[in-house]
Amino acid sequence: MATQTAEPTRRDMLYIATGAAAAVATGAAVWPFIAQMNPDASTLALSSTELDIGAIPEGQIVTVKWRGKPVFVRHRTKKEIDEAEQVPLAQLPDPATDQSRVKKPEWLVVIGVCTHLGCIPLGHQGPYDGWFCPCHGSVYDTSGRIRQGPAPRNLDVPDYAFLTDTKIKIG
Amino acid sequence: MSGPSTYVPKSAIGRWFESRLPVMGLVHSSFVAYPTPKNLNYWWTFGAILSFMLGAQIVTGVVLAMHYTPNTGLAFDSVEQIMRDVNWGWLLRYLHSNGASMFFLAVYVHIARGMYYGSYKAPREVLWLLGVVIFLLMMATAFMGYVLPWGQMSFWGATVITNLFSAIPLVGDTITTWLWGGYSVDNPTLNRFFSLHYLLPFMIAGVVVLHVWALHVVGQNNPAGVEIKDVEKDSVPFTPYATLKDSVGISAFLILYCWFVFFVPNYLGDPDNYINANPLQTPAHIVPEWYFLPFYAILRAIPSKLGGVIFMFGAIVMLVLLPWLDTSRVRSAVYRPVYKVLFWCFIACVIGLGYLGSQPPEGGAVLAARILTAFYFIYFLVLLPLLGLFETPRPVPASIADSVLEGGAAEPGRA
Repeated sequence: MATQTAEPTRRDMLYIATGAAAAVATGAAVWPFIAQMNPDASTLALSSTELDIGAIPEGQIVTVKWRGKPVFVRHRTKKEIDEAEQVPLAQLPDPATDQSRVKKPEWLVVIGVCTHLGCIPLGHQGPYDGWFCPCHGSVYDTSGRIRQGPAPRNLDVPDYAFLTDTKIKIG
Repeated sequence: MSGPSTYVPKSAIGRWFESRLPVMGLVHSSFVAYPTPKNLNYWWTFGAILSFMLGAQIVTGVVLAMHYTPNTGLAFDSVEQIMRDVNWGWLLRYLHSNGASMFFLAVYVHIARGMYYGSYKAPREVLWLLGVVIFLLMMATAFMGYVLPWGQMSFWGATVITNLFSAIPLVGDTITTWLWGGYSVDNPTLNRFFSLHYLLPFMIAGVVVLHVWALHVVGQNNPAGVEIKDVEKDSVPFTPYATLKDSVGISAFLILYCWFVFFVPNYLGDPDNYINANPLQTPAHIVPEWYFLPFYAILRAIPSKLGGVIFMFGAIVMLVLLPWLDTSRVRSAVYRPVYKVLFWCFIACVIGLGYLGSQPPEGGAVLAARILTAFYFIYFLVLLPLLGLFETPRPVPASIADSVLEGGAAEPGRA
């Protein structure tokens, strides 16, 4: 078509414009088929869970379900707090101070999903007496920080707030 | 699918139809007159066995779907209802669940046969690649099918496997949320897995058509690894020779299949999957179905999340690259003395990885899995390319007829 002229012709312009419009239209038509798989508004609506922590004795871990996932609420003992606070940051694969992961030292609130492949770690197990994931052997300490194994990150800390001294709201 | 059809319809109706849609001629040239190498052994019947298994899985699956309910509140009970109440439901479900295992057993034999006899080499690279595509589709189908009964292993298997995608930098979490349709494996996940589990087998069937088409363009490989030179001397017609040999292979395979279905139907399954899914409790020891164990062992052998995922998928990429990694000009292991030994080392390596994948990731099992994982990749990336340069192959027969007339020397050392 444009064999003789170096200048783009009107036909070239129309050709490209038509092709571009077709590409955009195809993308727009495909999008609903992709987007339907994402969480819908009812799932996205931020649900929150309230928990009375007054009844949790020292040393115990309580699991609550939030957004379909378990959240661990751990009433830590003095020994567990000390262990968590005294670890040198250089020893941690994902360095974070214990203070940055808690609002009150006695209470640790973390999402109970192993950051490796999503299993639920078992409490009070493993060499650091924090959590141990039975699936692939990740070990977390009493601050929920990764210490050994394949998991790349510390256990995530969800958004939460102390409503009173004995009540927290997660989410 | 190959060569001009020699099919001549006998009836007037047949001639009328053939001149309008020559489908009978296509079937005749593909599955009746098609020349097959006369030295094919029983390892070549696994293609037919796999076709049979695909058909069996589709038929049993379609009827199971008439009774199954893809809802997290009802799925587990609907499977139990199939087992206890639906007429012959126990048989249909056991045929389908054990059928998946038999399908994978057959495909692993089929892949190993292709590797032993060099069936991936020119001009059969596209044929081989289509096979790898079928294998990937099979794995996706089997994984999603295992989720449907919504037992503990269904749920946690789905959680672990979908979380593999969260290892992708930057977009990983977005992708897993998209796959789940929520923040964890839940009802939307179960529904889409059911939909896709129904769809993928038909995609497999489509790729199988391409696989057979590619096979009939380049012709079958054979134990001697030399091409058909003289159709008269080197080949026999597909029907009755290959048809009947395949029938014998399928019958023998059916005996094994039926033994599992009728005598040990739960041997290959995990007892934890008879516990309803519980999102708040992970089973003490998560293992995938046996056919995924070697890949699972590779995943766990690498002490890094992204690294493990890369190596696990890399294990399949090795199969994709195989036609270009093997530098030897000789196809069949029969004439490659060193390769033959290495091949069996590789098979032992994969079986060893499978065993280690079933064991808890502790102590010596981790080290052993790392050693075997290293061997798996060294085999493909170092040994195969170098072997083609340094190995001295034995003389290859001039033709298939010659290899047969040597007196069964097509495969020395094997009955």
